[in-house]
Amino acid sequence: MFIDYLKAFLVGGILCAIGQVLIDKTKLTPARILVSYVVAGVILGALGVYKPFAEWAGAGATVPLTGFGNVLAKGVKKAVEEMGALGIFTGGLTAAAGGIAAAIFFGYLVALIFKPKEK
Amino acid sequence: MSTKRIGKQSVVLQNPPSIIGHACVVGKKEGEGPLGDSFDYINEDSYFGEATWEKAEVAMQKQALSLALNKASIPPSKVEYSFGGDLLNQCISSAYSMRDSNIPFFGLFGACSTMAEALILAAMLIDGGFADITAAVTSSHFCSAERQFRFPLEYGGQRPPTSQWTVTGAGAAILSSNGNGPYITHLTVGKIVDAGIKDANNMGAAMAPAAYDTLKTHFEDTGFPPTYYDLILTGDLGSVGHSIILDFFKSDGVDLSAIYQDCGLMIYSVDQDVHAGGSGCGCSASVLTGHILNGMRSGRWKRVLFAATGALMSPTSTMQGESILGICHAVTISTEKGG
Repeated sequence: MFIDYLKAFLVGGILCAIGQVLIDKTKLTPARILVSYVVAGVILGALGVYKPFAEWAGAGATVPLTGFGNVLAKGVKKAVEEMGALGIFTGGLTAAAGGIAAAIFFGYLVALIFKPKEK
Repeated sequence: MSTKRIGKQSVVLQNPPSIIGHACVVGKKEGEGPLGDSFDYINEDSYFGEATWEKAEVAMQKQALSLALNKASIPPSKVEYSFGGDLLNQCISSAYSMRDSNIPFFGLFGACSTMAEALILAAMLIDGGFADITAAVTSSHFCSAERQFRFPLEYGGQRPPTSQWTVTGAGAAILSSNGNGPYITHLTVGKIVDAGIKDANNMGAAMAPAAYDTLKTHFEDTGFPPTYYDLILTGDLGSVGHSIILDFFKSDGVDLSAIYQDCGLMIYSVDQDVHAGGSGCGCSASVLTGHILNGMRSGRWKRVLFAATGALMSPTSTMQGESILGICHAVTISTEKGG
């Protein structure tokens, strides 16, 4: 149990630390770094590397954006198996629907409740 | 036939207008900085009691103008022309701040150089005999500028360590054909200088060559040596641009280090986590209309060369791979009419 928390903490932390280094040391904008993480997740997911990694690291691998990329890749694979070529277009968003809808819903909710402030 | 032009880009004013009133309003962070005592009003609330940051900037600019008018004992109805500018699309802060003023208005965009641009035009109108009282006012707000140039604060993005911090501040100056100074005596209008820099987080380096160009041209046109001035002040070159200017003049055999300062470096202290210093239309405007003009009135400086610097770019030009254009306008402010 504790070892699961530790793995999630370390793996998630390392992924975030890489992003921080990219912000501080390169000219990449945060938006590009986010997109790179998603794309990296898609590629690693498609190659079948991300699944065993996520099984080992748990939330440390599924919560960061690479996990979102992995879900997209997994969804496409599944949809192609079920309905053929159309699945290339439908699979990704179907699999990620829960995450996307929750992001929009909670984003809206937070925007209603809170007002941004200067730090 | 022009009788007031000297050299390539400069003008000597024959009826130097007097700065009869000046005021600045800033936010909390600026108020906590080393110049905190010099600001007329410090608002702890970054919304300035308004619903949005754009409206806050309008309120701030309005307040700066009204404080400057009060100090000059001039009602708004006596102001014949005003020049206003800010960093937002379509200069909305300036336009909305003038909404109820009934003052004839020119909107300007010169990025962070706008205060010098506004002073130049306001002074020329008086010297040319077109007006007796004019106003120059500019503003910037950290939160509205972040939305304009980077991301809305709601997005919660991180700022890279090289980026400058947009000053939340507004400054206003009232110019008159009559008054006891300080006077605006000489002007040098800058030209666009493209140093080829494309990194929007390195504005200081993008603007420094423009500042050097304008300062050098000013010294050549007027015949003034740099030592003529007690203080030479650039707008918001920050630490990087400041040292570039010193290096450029050093290679010309001129040591400016004793008299040269930058508003962006003066307004915050190093422990305020502002990375490369302050920037924005409100940076040079609030430093000038507070610390500098107060200092001239108290006799600390007699002659100041105010050379506000601007980076002319937009998020669209940056995304399309364009380089950042620099501009710098210089204004001689002197406690004596003859300069």
